[in-house]
Amino acid sequence: MRFGIVTFPGSNCDQDLRYVVEEVFEIKTDMIWHKEDLENNYNAILLPGGFSYGDYLRSGAIARFSPVMDSVIDFANQGGLVLGICNGFQILMEAGLLPGAMKVNNNLKFVCKHVKLQIKNNQTPFTEKLERDQILNIPVAHQEGNFYIDDRGLDKLKVNDQIVLKYLNDSENPNGSIENIAGICNKKRNVFGLMPHPERASEDILSSSDGKKIFESLISFLKEGVN
Amino acid sequence: MNQTNKPWEIEGLTEQEYNMIVDLLGREPNYTELGMFGVMWSEHCSYKNSKAVLRNFPTEGEVVLQGPGENAGIIDIGDNQALSFKIESHNHPSAIEPYQGAATGVGGIIRDIFTMGARPIALLDSLRFGFLDDEHVKYLFEEVVAGIAGYGNSIGVPTVGGETYFSNSYQGNPLVNAMCVGVMDHEDISTATASGIGNPVMVVGAATGRDGIQGASFASDELTDESEEDRPAVQVGDPFMEKLLLEASLELIKTGCLVGIQDMGAAGLISSASEMASRGETGIELDIDLVPKREEGMNSYEVLLSESQERMLVIPEAGKEDLVEQIFSKWDLNAAVIGEVTDDGMIRVLNKGKKVAEVPARILADDAPEYKRESKEPDYYNELKSFDIDSLFSIEENRLTRKDDIDYNNILESIITSENIASKSYIYEQYDHMVQTNTVVLPGSDAAVLRIKGKDKGLALTTDCNSRYCYLDPERGGEIAVAEAARNITCSGGRPLAITDGLNFGNPMKPEIFWQFEKSIKGISKACQALNTPVTGGNVSFYNENPEGAVYPTPIVGMVGLLDKLEYATDQFFKDIGDLIILLGKTESELGGSQYLESIHGHVKGRIPELDLEKEKKIQETCLELIKAGFVKSAHDCSDGGLAVTLFESSIGNLKGADIKIESNLKAEELLFSETQSRIVISLARENKEKVEEFIGDSIEYQVIGEVKGERLKINNLIDIYIEELKTKWEEAIPLKLIK
Repeated sequence: MRFGIVTFPGSNCDQDLRYVVEEVFEIKTDMIWHKEDLENNYNAILLPGGFSYGDYLRSGAIARFSPVMDSVIDFANQGGLVLGICNGFQILMEAGLLPGAMKVNNNLKFVCKHVKLQIKNNQTPFTEKLERDQILNIPVAHQEGNFYIDDRGLDKLKVNDQIVLKYLNDSENPNGSIENIAGICNKKRNVFGLMPHPERASEDILSSSDGKKIFESLISFLKEGVN
Repeated sequence: MNQTNKPWEIEGLTEQEYNMIVDLLGREPNYTELGMFGVMWSEHCSYKNSKAVLRNFPTEGEVVLQGPGENAGIIDIGDNQALSFKIESHNHPSAIEPYQGAATGVGGIIRDIFTMGARPIALLDSLRFGFLDDEHVKYLFEEVVAGIAGYGNSIGVPTVGGETYFSNSYQGNPLVNAMCVGVMDHEDISTATASGIGNPVMVVGAATGRDGIQGASFASDELTDESEEDRPAVQVGDPFMEKLLLEASLELIKTGCLVGIQDMGAAGLISSASEMASRGETGIELDIDLVPKREEGMNSYEVLLSESQERMLVIPEAGKEDLVEQIFSKWDLNAAVIGEVTDDGMIRVLNKGKKVAEVPARILADDAPEYKRESKEPDYYNELKSFDIDSLFSIEENRLTRKDDIDYNNILESIITSENIASKSYIYEQYDHMVQTNTVVLPGSDAAVLRIKGKDKGLALTTDCNSRYCYLDPERGGEIAVAEAARNITCSGGRPLAITDGLNFGNPMKPEIFWQFEKSIKGISKACQALNTPVTGGNVSFYNENPEGAVYPTPIVGMVGLLDKLEYATDQFFKDIGDLIILLGKTESELGGSQYLESIHGHVKGRIPELDLEKEKKIQETCLELIKAGFVKSAHDCSDGGLAVTLFESSIGNLKGADIKIESNLKAEELLFSETQSRIVISLARENKEKVEEFIGDSIEYQVIGEVKGERLKINNLIDIYIEELKTKWEEAIPLKLIK
C-alpha cells in the first residue's frame, strides 16, 4: 500500500502527515511536489494542511491551479480515495471536488485548540471504524474554517448524507460554520475534507490520539477492498 | 536628502564618530560610504554602548558549540544533534506598526536559526504592554498578537510558549521579543563567514525594495510623538516567501556546497557582506546592479541599506552557482551572483562596474567605537526599597479586628484576574502551537515540552523576566530571572542547559539607565554561573523610552533545557484525588515587588525576594531527581502571585481542587501571596510519601501541605473557592478587558 502526499508551496503539515502515515501506520508514502503529476499507483492521495501560496487571495484558491491538481481530480473521478485536511479541505472545495466554501472564522482570528467533534456518518471509507455519534477530541488550527453552503446545497448534503463530521455543539464550534459542520464527503464518498487535524492526534504522547481512527478506517477500507 | 554641513547627523552618528571614520579611512567618506557607517555603527548593529558590559557574561560551557558572535548560539544535545536558539527584539517597529513590526520580528529570528543550518521547531514570544484599559494599548496588543500569529502560523513553526506582562512603564513603548529554537545534525552547522578567494557571492530569496531603509538607525533612537512618521522604516513581512526560503536554504545547506550563509536583516546587504568578510578576514566586491530589485531607479545607498525581508547572502564554492540556482528556482525564488570574495579585506561596491564605495570590512563590522557610559544609582532605588510594607497592615489591634472583614477569596480573585496573572489562552490560541506535532506539554504550563522525533528525549523551553523586580533591584532581578527560568525547565522535567538574553532598556546615555543595565547583567551572569547555564547570544535593545520615561529594565531570559528521557515530561496540573501536595522550599515574609502589592494596593515598591543560588540549585536538583525517579505527578514553580496563585494554577488543568493546611507564623497575606524564591509545589501518590521523604532527607526544607481533593481550593481558613467558577473568571479576564 502506498499513499501520495502532495506538497504545495506553503504546505506546512505535509511532513506531519508523512510521519503519522509512515511511523504510526507503517504505510509507505511519496511526497509529491505540486509541479509534478501523480503516478497512478497510489491507494490514497492526501492533501495536507498549511498555507499553500500563503493563503493569498483566498485559502486554496491558487493551489487549485497547481499542475498536480489535474491528476488529483482525475484520480478522484476514477474513484480514488482523497483526504484533504484543513488547507487540503479548502483546496478540494476550490477545485470543485467538494461543495461549499470557507469564510473567515466569525471572530476573525486564527484559532488553535482541541475541540470536541461528533461523527455523523460512519458509512465512509474514512470513518468506518467509528460509531455514529461517537465523540472525538481533535485539534483545529485555522483562520478560514467557517464552512458555508447555500440552502439548496445544504439540503443536498443532508439528503446524500455527506455531512461526516460536526463540532459537538455551538460552544465547541471554533469558527461559526453552518450547522457546526467540520467535515464533509462527496456524493460518492471517496473524497473527504475536514478542518480538524487528525494527524496531530494520532499518538499517545500528544494530548489526544482520537485522530487515529480516521487513518485506521482508511487503511482498513483499502485492505478489505484489496481482499 | 537635506543639505547640511553636518552630514553625519542624518546617519545618526556623532561628530566625534565622523572624525574617527575620516581617520580610519584617511579621507572623507562619500555619501554612500557614510550611509554604510551610519547603520553599521548604530547601536543596533555595533553594540557600541553595551559590548564592554556584555563581556561579563559567562559564555563557555561543555555544551556550547557556538557562543555569541554568530547569527545564533548553538549547543550540543547529544546523539550528534545540536540546538540553535536566539531571542531578538522588535520593539520600535512594533510600537509604530504593530502587526508588521511583530511579524517581521518573528521572520527575522526564524532566519537567524535556519541560517545556522537548523530546522526551526519552536517560537516563544515575550511581550510587554501598558495596561489594557487604554484604547491605544488594546490596539497594539491585538495587532502584535495577530502579527506574530500571521507570520508564525503561516510558516509552520509552532509558537509554544512565552509570556505577556503589563505595566504602565510600557505604555507607548511595547516590548516584542521573539525567540526561535532549531534542531540540526552536527554536520549541518553553517557559519556566516566569507572565505575562499574567488568564490561567488549570491543574493537569494526575495527581490530588494526600498522598505526598511535605516531601520537599524531608527531602532537606535528614542520614540517620540513624531516616530509614527517613520513608518516606512518598518519592513513588511511575507511569511509565504520565507517558508520557501527556509526550505530552499535547508536543502542547499544539505548539499554541503556552501562556504558561508547569512541572513539579511538589520542594515541589509551592507551588514551581511561586511560581517561575513570581516569574520573570514577577506573582502567582498559586489555590483549592486546585479541585485534583483522590485523597484526602479534604486541608488546604491538604497540597495545597500534596504531591509527588505526574506533574503539571504550565500557564498557557495566556485562552480556551484548552478546548483544554487537550480534549488532556488524549484521554489520559485531568485538566486543571483552579485560579486565575489576577494583577498584585500575591502567591501568594494560597484554600480554597473563603476566603483561607488570602498571601505575595509573590518572597520565597518568591528571597529565601531566602544563606549563605557556613565553609570549612577537612581534616586528611586533606596527610596522604594525602604518602603515599609507592614504600614499597609496598620497596627496590630486593627489587624485583628480587620481580619474577619478581609475576604481573601476576593483578594485572590482580584490577583488572578489581573492582566499579569490572568489566563493567556486568548493569546496562545491564536498561535498554532501544535504544528510539527512535537508539542508534548502545551502552552499554559511552566515550560513548553517538545519531543525530538526519532529520539527518546525532549526539549523544555521557557522565557522569563519579572520586570517589577528588575526595576526595584536590577541585579537581584536579573538573578531571579535566570533562577525562575531554570525552575520552570526543572519543573517540566528538563535539565537547564543555556540561555539567550533579550536585554530591553531605556536610553543608555542616561546614567541611571546604564546603571540598571550594568546591574542586570551582573545579576544574570552570577546566576548563569551558579546554575551552569552559559549565555550563547541574544540581543540588546536600548532607547525603549517614550515621553513619559523609560520602560522597566526588562532583561528577558530565554532558556532551553533537555529531558534526558521523554517520560520525564511533567506539567503543573494536579492529577488524582488523594495525592499529597508538598511545598519544596519555605515561604518567607517577602511581599516586596509582589503581584499582591501591585494588584491590591497599587504599589510597585519594597525589597524584592532574596535569592540564595546554592539553595535554589539544591531545590531544583531535588525536584528533578524526584521527577526522574517517577514520583512527581505535577510540579509547579511557585513565584508570581505566591502560593495561593500557584495552587490555583495547579488546580485548573484537570479541575482538581486541593485542601491545604499550613502551620505558619506569617501574616495571612504573606502566607498566601509572598513571592519567596526557590519554591516548587509538587504532587505525588500518597503511597510514595515515605520514599519521597527519605529521598529528600534533610537536603532541603519542605513541608507536606495538603492533598488533592474535590473541586474546591481551600487554604487554612483563609481561602475557599470553587475552582471551575474562578477558572472561568481567570480565562475571561483578558477578553473582557479588551471589549470594555
